[in-house]
Amino acid sequence: MSRISKDHLGRPIVVVTGIGVITSLGQGKEDNWRNLTAGASGITRISRFPTEGLKTQIAGTINWEGEGPYCAPVHTLTLARKSAREAISQSGIGSKGVFPGPMFIAVSPAETNWEQRMEIYRSAEVPETGYHRLIKNVLDGKFQRYYELYQFGSIAEHIADEFGTRGQPISLTTACASGATSIQLGVEAIRRGETDAALCIGTDGVICEETVVRFNLLSALSTHNDDPQGASKPFSKNRDGFVLAEGSASLVLESYDAAKARGAKILGVVRGTGERADTFHRTRSKPDGSAIIDTITRSLADAGMKPEEIDYINAHGTSTPENDKMEFLALSAALGQHVENTLISSNKSMIGHTLSAAGAVEAAFSLLTINAGVIPPTINCIEQDPHILMDVVPNVKRVQTVNTVMSNSFGFGGQNVCLIFSGEPA
Amino acid sequence: MKVEKSEVWVTGIGLVSSLGEGLATHWEQLASGKIPVPAVDTQNQAPYPVHLLVDFDASAQIPNRSDQRQMGPWQRLGTYTAGVALSDAGIAGDPALLAATNMIIAAGGGERDIEVDVAIMQEISASDNPGPLLNASLNRDLRPTLFLAQLSNLMAGNISIVHGVTDSSRTFMGEEMAGVSAIETAVAQIEHGQGDIFLVGGAYIAERADMMLLMEFGQALWHGGYGPVWSRRDSSTGGMIMGSASAFMVLESRQHAEARGVKPYARINTVVSDRCNRQPGAARKVAEGLLQRVSDQLPAGPLAILSGCCGVQPQLSEELEFLQGLAQRGISPAIRGVTTVLGSTLEAQFPASVVLASLAISKGAFFDPFDDSGVEQPFTGKAERVLISNWGHWRGESLAVIDTPDVPLRGKD
Repeated sequence: MSRISKDHLGRPIVVVTGIGVITSLGQGKEDNWRNLTAGASGITRISRFPTEGLKTQIAGTINWEGEGPYCAPVHTLTLARKSAREAISQSGIGSKGVFPGPMFIAVSPAETNWEQRMEIYRSAEVPETGYHRLIKNVLDGKFQRYYELYQFGSIAEHIADEFGTRGQPISLTTACASGATSIQLGVEAIRRGETDAALCIGTDGVICEETVVRFNLLSALSTHNDDPQGASKPFSKNRDGFVLAEGSASLVLESYDAAKARGAKILGVVRGTGERADTFHRTRSKPDGSAIIDTITRSLADAGMKPEEIDYINAHGTSTPENDKMEFLALSAALGQHVENTLISSNKSMIGHTLSAAGAVEAAFSLLTINAGVIPPTINCIEQDPHILMDVVPNVKRVQTVNTVMSNSFGFGGQNVCLIFSGEPA
Repeated sequence: MKVEKSEVWVTGIGLVSSLGEGLATHWEQLASGKIPVPAVDTQNQAPYPVHLLVDFDASAQIPNRSDQRQMGPWQRLGTYTAGVALSDAGIAGDPALLAATNMIIAAGGGERDIEVDVAIMQEISASDNPGPLLNASLNRDLRPTLFLAQLSNLMAGNISIVHGVTDSSRTFMGEEMAGVSAIETAVAQIEHGQGDIFLVGGAYIAERADMMLLMEFGQALWHGGYGPVWSRRDSSTGGMIMGSASAFMVLESRQHAEARGVKPYARINTVVSDRCNRQPGAARKVAEGLLQRVSDQLPAGPLAILSGCCGVQPQLSEELEFLQGLAQRGISPAIRGVTTVLGSTLEAQFPASVVLASLAISKGAFFDPFDDSGVEQPFTGKAERVLISNWGHWRGESLAVIDTPDVPLRGKD
């Protein structure tokens, strides 16, 4: 009885009892899963703002539903709210407005947008210019709402207000690994015995002119503007960068014992997590891949698993020349011969790169993969990179039993996280 | 299976503020019997007084000029101070220890290029079709390095690159509470064997028009001259005076520190936090709840207290009433307003308070009053513990107890 509730290191087993997701492919698990397994793309030409003069004019945006002009924190919050609601509702945990555990939320560090900056600038004709004018125009409290939206802790606070999570919520960023970090933090809190449940969220809805220009200046984005749906081409020979996207996913994590005690349906087990920071460069991995290799090896050790037990890898697979090459190199080193037998695919070929949300979104899809026994494809794989010697599930889904998934997330600043999920323990 | 929790020691410190750099300077300024004089400028950001950072030699910790050029002022300050803390703990340059050192950084970021913003505002405000003009201006004016130089998790990234810290690396956001959560989480991880050694801290550069705007959305800044935080208790609105500062620490399990022969400055006994929606009275109620969780660590008698009160009303009055209310428990509160001497330093504020508390513990004495408002009472006995009260300017409340481990301390020999 007590044996199954502890893992190989005597820690509480952490399970997933609720999943919520929203991406450019749709709202909710059903829409997303249908489109993801059909090999559909959510990438379109950007219509939110004029793209004239921008090198990249495509993205996986989610329609802004708010009043007035687009506002990044409101959009990001709305996405988080939707995924959290779906996850909590599925898990059936707590009661309305009371979630019995802490929240860990991966959010992008949002700055005031140009829409809002110019709205304030134009709101009153005063002699001042620049920031003096902006400040003069907000002193009467007319823009109080932005005080409660543009703090870095704002999104977490509004989610905590709504869902009643316990204690001080933690807002975090580890760039493109953020979503995975939110899950790590939840797992660690449950393993410490501090809590029986945690709400882990990744959310990102910050696509605006300046986001596009910033990533363009780093030469990180695909510029295949004439073929939006074909632009994200992970593992392809002619891949030319990632596609910016928006999305959110939430996972309800619980200790196995707590989930069983309340009769919750267990959707999967978080078997292990691994991490190793890189020291090489702000945007590039060490050429020998050692930090990523260590990350993968540590996740296996944490899970108490051998490489042969990994059936499928949900790749970071951004579609940049650098990432996909390094990810394969590191997997080859960390998994050895098994790399030829396991399958790998990239959700980003269809949904683009949801940045701060990616780790959480892809964790959600990893769990759906286990539950469905269907592996979503890597689309746009017309000519696979001959140096990437793996079965990338090109273009068409694969029906296959999947017991265990490894999900990779790597971010600027040398951030590397690897998560391992399995189905419900027998 | 109840496992004994590991004790958490502070074994390395880096501190830069408007008072100066390093523990000796801060002790001199804050325990000399005179009212400390922070470097506050009232001209550059008028009408806002700002605590100015003292000069520091970034090259001493970031020797490579090209590394320095890749960082904004905030990242440079934090990376520098982190290096000081790592050196102080005797970890710097030890690859095996650095590879086992975890990081939780409390980060702001988003330091915008104000000149570019101002030029673009002027340019597009006159246009009937601002969209394409904005795109052209951003393409032309944004520096390729700016994005990474201000990206929140790139302070941690730079610490990995420059100092070689490579175990887990997490960046928490959320103003004052990011600093609290960073240390609270590191303490919990050490206590439960999820890591033996952590680098924690945060930095803030206050001379930023974009941040002044953010705070003034909520009319949260103090206008006018400099004054200690408690001098704003009679103002109906109060307000913050921002300050530049950076505080980093190495936190270590007792076993790990003893095994490598390192003495502590102090022990982190407890960090607790919670939140509310800040309806009138709610924050004080949360603080009372937090007090229940630490009250067995607070015997009756004189108690050294560092308050991070930011000066905005009604939080100021609520926090002050809460702290003065400790008297009902037989405690004689000796309150020091940290923002009086450092300014409001957001993500750096709680780490700075833990550093100052550790300094007091290591000296076995507490600071003299920071002002003559009458709020701050002298403390004469031996300081064996310090209570820190740190509330966010908008959201979040916390308490921490820093105390004396039963071993010889740093700075005693």
